[in-house]
Amino acid sequence: MRRFWALLGLLVMAASAAAEIPSSERRSGYDLMGRELRAMQDDDTANPGMLWVLEGATLWKRAAGAAGRACVDCHGEASTSMKGVAAHYPAFDAGKQRPVNLEQRINACRVDRQQAPPLAYESRELLALSAYVARQSRGLPIAVTIDDRMQPFLEAGRVVYERRQGQLNLACSQCHDANWGRQLAGNVVPQGHPTGYPLYRLEWQSLGSLQRRLRGCLVGIRAEPYEYGAPELVDLELYLMWRARGMTMDAPAVRP
Amino acid sequence: MASALINVPARAKRGEIIEVKTLISHVMETGFRHTQLGAAIPRNIIRRFVCTYNGTEIFSADLYPAISANPFIVFSTVATESGTLSFQWTGDNGFSVTESAKITVE
Amino acid sequence: MERSASRREFLKIAGGVAAGIGLSAVVTVRPASATPAEMQEAIRKVVGSARVTPGKVKIDLPPLIENGNAVPLTVRVDSPMTETDHVRAVHVFTEKNPQPYVVTFHLGPRAGRAQVATRMRLADSQNVVAICELSDGSFWSDNASIVVTLAACLEDGI
Repeated sequence: MRRFWALLGLLVMAASAAAEIPSSERRSGYDLMGRELRAMQDDDTANPGMLWVLEGATLWKRAAGAAGRACVDCHGEASTSMKGVAAHYPAFDAGKQRPVNLEQRINACRVDRQQAPPLAYESRELLALSAYVARQSRGLPIAVTIDDRMQPFLEAGRVVYERRQGQLNLACSQCHDANWGRQLAGNVVPQGHPTGYPLYRLEWQSLGSLQRRLRGCLVGIRAEPYEYGAPELVDLELYLMWRARGMTMDAPAVRP
Repeated sequence: MASALINVPARAKRGEIIEVKTLISHVMETGFRHTQLGAAIPRNIIRRFVCTYNGTEIFSADLYPAISANPFIVFSTVATESGTLSFQWTGDNGFSVTESAKITVE
Repeated sequence: MERSASRREFLKIAGGVAAGIGLSAVVTVRPASATPAEMQEAIRKVVGSARVTPGKVKIDLPPLIENGNAVPLTVRVDSPMTETDHVRAVHVFTEKNPQPYVVTFHLGPRAGRAQVATRMRLADSQNVVAICELSDGSFWSDNASIVVTLAACLEDGI
């Protein structure tokens, strides 16, 4: 217990102005895992995340809502129409005049096009659909579009990332920019790139979204977690995807 | 909505040993966890997995709470003849799922 | 000195290590864990009075795993898997999980190869034991030890 506090204190002191990780040094959390977990991720017949992808494939073809439409009716085969889509979310939504993430985009389709009620955040169905769509971007580089409209939201996300929060008064940058690769209570601190979301986290024994992970981090530093779908979380997602630009998508990933 | 992922080669030579991989979605609640208020979460696991090949049982497993959520089981069998491999998982609370895969043996 | 000792006492009385940093008011109830003796008793129940000899069966377990919730386990037995000489069953046990049984695989000559794999839960760094039963009624064993690390920032209740 004492050692933990001392370590934390050291971390806090060591991480003064956390500089951005140079692009040549960016590494996915995949590289920090042991051989067995990497093998679990790489094998589609063993990766537990594939159960959600399989379910997503079924939901893609299922008619829903008053309009009686399935995703496939407008979008056709996901392997074609959804290729690269997840790699550039969060994306600007003209209706909302702000970026939305993939889950919000799926729900917008549900409400506006299918006339169906939106799926709850972290529900089985929403995870299945987002896993299925994200799977279609596997192997592609992350490429969020930052134009004049997106710039203020990117900056807002950066502010959240660099702001000290919670009872532990830690900023994301202190662990993930300044101390990645070091050990915290037996685990290696990753750089925190969202290349593999939604992913199967062994800690959750389930597939979960990036927002679930971000809320988990916030609880970990004893901060009040933002609600699912909160603008702060979407802005942070945008910043993280921008920070990981060019890195290869590998959803659904497996992480400890 | 239980989904299962089964991996059986579509074709094999007679006498060839084939590897079968199965993955099924199930929470495998151990019965040892408690809510934040201290109430026990009851056990809810898959207890038995059986594989039959054209009706004959060729492999089975008895599962306990120590098997991870979304149980993954890999085993092998000899490709004897063309037909159907059938898989059944049963467990607590009347859980029962059956899936099958066809194989062509030349 | 005095303060931290009494704080430790409080945590013990509260029934276990409170989540993560210890600032939370959550009461964590730790399940009773098995002991090596309980594992031996579970093995006895399966094996009866027969002798168990180390050998023939091999456990493949990573020496270290980042999270004990899903540890890949492979068990192989050196056996021709014929009608007259094959593996009937493979039993796996742990010594520190809340209960000692993990899984029993029932094989037979139709298996072709005595090799099975699954993913198991491990509550702590510990030993895992595999016992195989051959068609001649003999029992063979192997054991492997593994270090389990857990998530640093526990996030109950999200």
